[in-house]
Order: sequence, then C-alpha cells, then structure tokens
Amino acid sequence: MIKHILKRLALLIPTLFGVITLVFLMIALAPGDPARIMLGERANAEQVAQLRVELGLDKPLIQQYGLYLGRVVRFDLGKSIASGQQIAKEIAERFPATIELAWYAMLFATTLGVILGVTSAIRRNTWVDYSTMGGALVGVSMPVFWLGLVLIMVFSVWLDLLPTGGRMNIRYYFTPITNFYVLDGIIMWFKEGTPKYLGSAIQHLILPTIALGTIPLAIIARTTRSSMLEVMQQDYIKTARSAGIKEKRVIYRYALRNALLPVITVIGLQFGLLLSGAILTETVFSWPGIGRWIYIAIGARDYPAVQGGIIFISTFFVLINLAVDILYSVVNPKIRLQ
Amino acid sequence: MKTNEVLETPRIKEPTPLQETWYHLKKNKGAMIGLGIISVFVLMAIFAPLLAPQDPLIQEVSERMTPMFTNGYILGSDDLGRDMLSRLIYGARISMTIGIVSVGISLFFGIIIGVTSAYYGGVFDKIVMRLIDIMLAFPYILLTIVIVSILGPSLTNAMVAIGISQVPRYARVVRASVLAEKESDYVLAERALGAGDFELMFLTILPNCLSPTIVQATLGIGEAILNSAGLSFLGLGAQPPTPEWGLMIASSKQFLTSAWWIVTLPGIAILLAVLGFNLFGDGLRDILDPKMRN
Repeated sequence: MIKHILKRLALLIPTLFGVITLVFLMIALAPGDPARIMLGERANAEQVAQLRVELGLDKPLIQQYGLYLGRVVRFDLGKSIASGQQIAKEIAERFPATIELAWYAMLFATTLGVILGVTSAIRRNTWVDYSTMGGALVGVSMPVFWLGLVLIMVFSVWLDLLPTGGRMNIRYYFTPITNFYVLDGIIMWFKEGTPKYLGSAIQHLILPTIALGTIPLAIIARTTRSSMLEVMQQDYIKTARSAGIKEKRVIYRYALRNALLPVITVIGLQFGLLLSGAILTETVFSWPGIGRWIYIAIGARDYPAVQGGIIFISTFFVLINLAVDILYSVVNPKIRLQ
Repeated sequence: MKTNEVLETPRIKEPTPLQETWYHLKKNKGAMIGLGIISVFVLMAIFAPLLAPQDPLIQEVSERMTPMFTNGYILGSDDLGRDMLSRLIYGARISMTIGIVSVGISLFFGIIIGVTSAYYGGVFDKIVMRLIDIMLAFPYILLTIVIVSILGPSLTNAMVAIGISQVPRYARVVRASVLAEKESDYVLAERALGAGDFELMFLTILPNCLSPTIVQATLGIGEAILNSAGLSFLGLGAQPPTPEWGLMIASSKQFLTSAWWIVTLPGIAILLAVLGFNLFGDGLRDILDPKMRN
C-alpha cells in the first residue's frame, strides 16, 4: 500500500507542473498583446508599456516562464489588474464561501444519492427503480446554471420562500468571523442569543446546494445502484442468506459496505468537479466565492486573476483526488493488505 | 398432404454487426426513445430554414416578450422581440454542430494517440500515458476555460476547446481496447502476410476496437452540448445574436421575473437534446459492452 501511495505522490509533482505550465501558456500564447487586451481600448501606449514591464511581458518567453514558475512555487500569484490586490489574498477571502457551498452540496448529494441508489438496487425493476434512475438521467442531462435559474424562479420569485442569492440577509449588517456562515451563525447564536443569522445562512444555502448537488447526486445514485447490484450477486451474499441471516443485515452489513468502495472514488472525483462547477452556480446565485470571482475576472480580462484562480482550484482538485485515492487504498483491504 | 416435396434447407444468413446491434437496440426502450429524440433534433437542425416560422435574428421591438401562443408567436418572443420557436429551431443546428465537431476533434486525436500509443508501447506509451494522466487531473471545465482564453472567446473556439479537453478520455478508451486486440491471432496473421504498421493499426486492429469508442462518442455529444452551453453562459462561447441555447439563457436571465419562457425554454431544449444522447449512449453501452449485456 505504501508503494501505491508513494507512486501517487510522485505523480503529483509533474501534474501540478503541467497545470502551471498550461495556465502560463494561457497568457503567453494569447493572440494579440495581453497588456493591451487587459487595459482595453482607452488605455494609452504608455500605460500598456508599463503593464508589460510590470507583468514581465517584455522579457523572452522562457525567462517569463522561469519567473512565473518561481513565483507560483512561493504561493505568489501576483496582483489583480482590476483591484490591485494580491491574488492569493483575494482567493483566501473567498475560498470559505466556495468550500461551504461545495461541502453542503456534497453532503446533500452523497446522503440522498446513496439512499436512492441502495433503494433502487433492492427494488430492482420496480417503479421506484425506474423513476429514480430516470430522474438521475434527467439530472445529468441538465445545465446546472439553468437549474439554478429555474429554482430561483419557482422558489424565490413565484413562491417567495427563499432568497435569490447572496449568503446572508444584507439588512443584518453581519460581519463574518470564520467566513463559514453556518458556523458563524451558530457562534452568533451563542454570543447574541438569536438564531436569525444561522437561519438566514441556511436559507441562502438551500437553492445553490440543490443546484450544485444535482449532478453529483445523480451520478452517486447510479454508481451506488450498479455497485450494489454487482455485490448482491456475489457468492458471500448467497452464503450469508443461506446461513439464515436477516435480509436487512445482509444488505446493510455485508453488501453495502463493499458496494460503497467504488462510490468513494466517485464522491471524491465529484467533489473536485464541484469546485469547477461552482463557477456556474456561484454566478447564478451571486455567491461570493472563487467561482464567481473567476467569472468576474474573465469578464474584466483580468488574466493574472483568472490564472491564479485556475491554478488554485486545479491544485485543490488534484489534492482531493490524491486524498481520495489514498483513502480508497486504506479502506479497501484488497489494496491495503498487498 | 404432399409427402414427396423436397424441403429446402433454409439458408441462415449471419447478421452483420450493425444488424445485430440494431436487433438488440430495438428491444431497448430507453435507447429507442433516445434515438427518437436525437432524430427530431437532427431533422430540426437540417430543415431549420423550412421549419422556422421567422428569421431567428429579426427583432420586432413592439412585440417584445410576447407570451406563448399569442399574436402568432407559438413559443412567445424574447426580450428583443425575436421569435422564440425560430431561435430554438436554429439553436438545434448550432448545438448539433457543436456536438459533432467537438466530438470529431476528440475522436480524431484520441484515436491517433490511443492507437499509436498502445501499438508501439514502451517508453513512448509511458510518456503519452503520463501526459494523459496530467490532463485528466485537470478539471475539464477549467481546461476548456484555459483553452478558450488562449484562443479568444467564440463559438468555434469553444468547440475546439471542448474537443481538445476530451482527447485524453478518448485516447484512454481506444488504447485500452487496442491493447486487448493487438496480440490476437488475426493481427499476427496479417503481420505475417506482410502488412505494415499503418495498415495493422488503422485497418486491422482499429475496426475491432470501435464499440467502446462509439459509446463514449455518443455520450460525449451530449456532454459537449452541455459544456458549450456553460461556456456561452460565461461569455466564452457563442456571441450575441447567435441563437445558441446557453447564450439565450444567459442573455435573458434578468427577465426571469417578467418573462419566464425566455429563460425556461432554451434550458428544456438543452435538457431534451442531452437526454436523447444519454439515453441512446447508455443503451448502446448495454448492447456493445459484453460485460454489461448479461
């Protein structure tokens, strides 16, 4: 198992290296003068020349690459053109919002997905199975941003039940403590004795959670079902049944445990993809996380910010995949005992 | 009863792979529904100029946001007074093109990389696979954003970006099936008969490796339609006034409260088209993948 983990760790470095190189090429290979594009038509030649020097664009490509690599390795992502602030700092401020949303979306998708998957597998070829799997197929066929807009339309505009966007009722003049608003809400409940912050944080989370969680929910349900069906055909399940063990115990104690192994990998992969899917969801719900920040940076042609954001999310994605892979090898006795 | 009649032995014709697949497909309800949906969209795409009641780009400012089934607008009009139905029909043309072109790009490079990598093996294969691992480690939505940023935002570039970002997946699928085939007797026989590398790779081995690739490509078309809608939504794909479905949603999102149909209908179109490819692709997989057939 240790050999397997070391092998995965060794792959980490070239992967991150590849990510940084690709993102570097994004500016280097962009058609036209990136400094001109970033500043727009109204900037004069002097300003453009100054930005070129600032970004090191006046140097030869290979030297630019060396400098860029050197900076990124030291976690220096440069300054945003739009705000003039350190990109690393801007990301750090927005990351809790993204993580909070992704975490609840994943919690929603995993819990419901496993329950639905197991139910469909147990009731194979009944209407429960058909409607769940049909629903799952519709779920993966839907554009996330459209689902978000439809949810807003129905629950916020027509029914007036939930807020259309943001993270907290703006009239509360709330100053975040940890930047994880649900956690902050609980802290404030203890401090000020009112659950209104927590309530508002949860209300704001519901729709984006559903929108972002739908695709992983569908994929987890499908994976759980097929994995469960495969396990239920194994000999040891027949043995357990013929030994007179109750069906419930056979399913939950013997089958589900093994059926969940491939599901772990899917959950990890989906969690990573969720972070990039967040660009669309956060944009729809005005959720002040990294995704929306990247969207705004794209619109403003703030290339350094887009680069920084993409490097950050990709690194996170790679690390999550690594963590899941290690977790998988720890949980799976077939690999653990090798 | 005639007893002296010579019974003619019925000649059993071996079905071609296509006939066999069709035979199984016909029994798969999901796949047939999927095929039906795909056919409707393909016909819509081909005959768009004949089917669309109006020019999708003509604006009738006095008839902005006409509700459905009023004043001759079957599906209403949008915020600039353009006929929604006509725009949706022309949108099918764009989305089908996106799906086919981007999957075509992925297939072309994926097949070349996958086949050569598996066929030659050795250090070449190792390097290629490492590069593919790196590309797969990169979340593909971000990969497409990076590529579009390099090329500049447009519908064509979005297709190229989506196509390129999926190459590693196809290369992997093709490589796996070529590896399984390349030591088969028929390949060795062809080689003994003096077939060259190119002939062996693309004429002998490849045709026997197509099933998983076809499944991947069918599902890939749906995914490409979804991704391009997402890119257009972010302003990185189709540009106004193109009647691309994702862009139609993006440019009308502020009218959510006043004219629900402008936002909702293009989404339903995307959903149906992608659903069609997913249903058909899942059905094909069940049939073409012998592991799943039982």
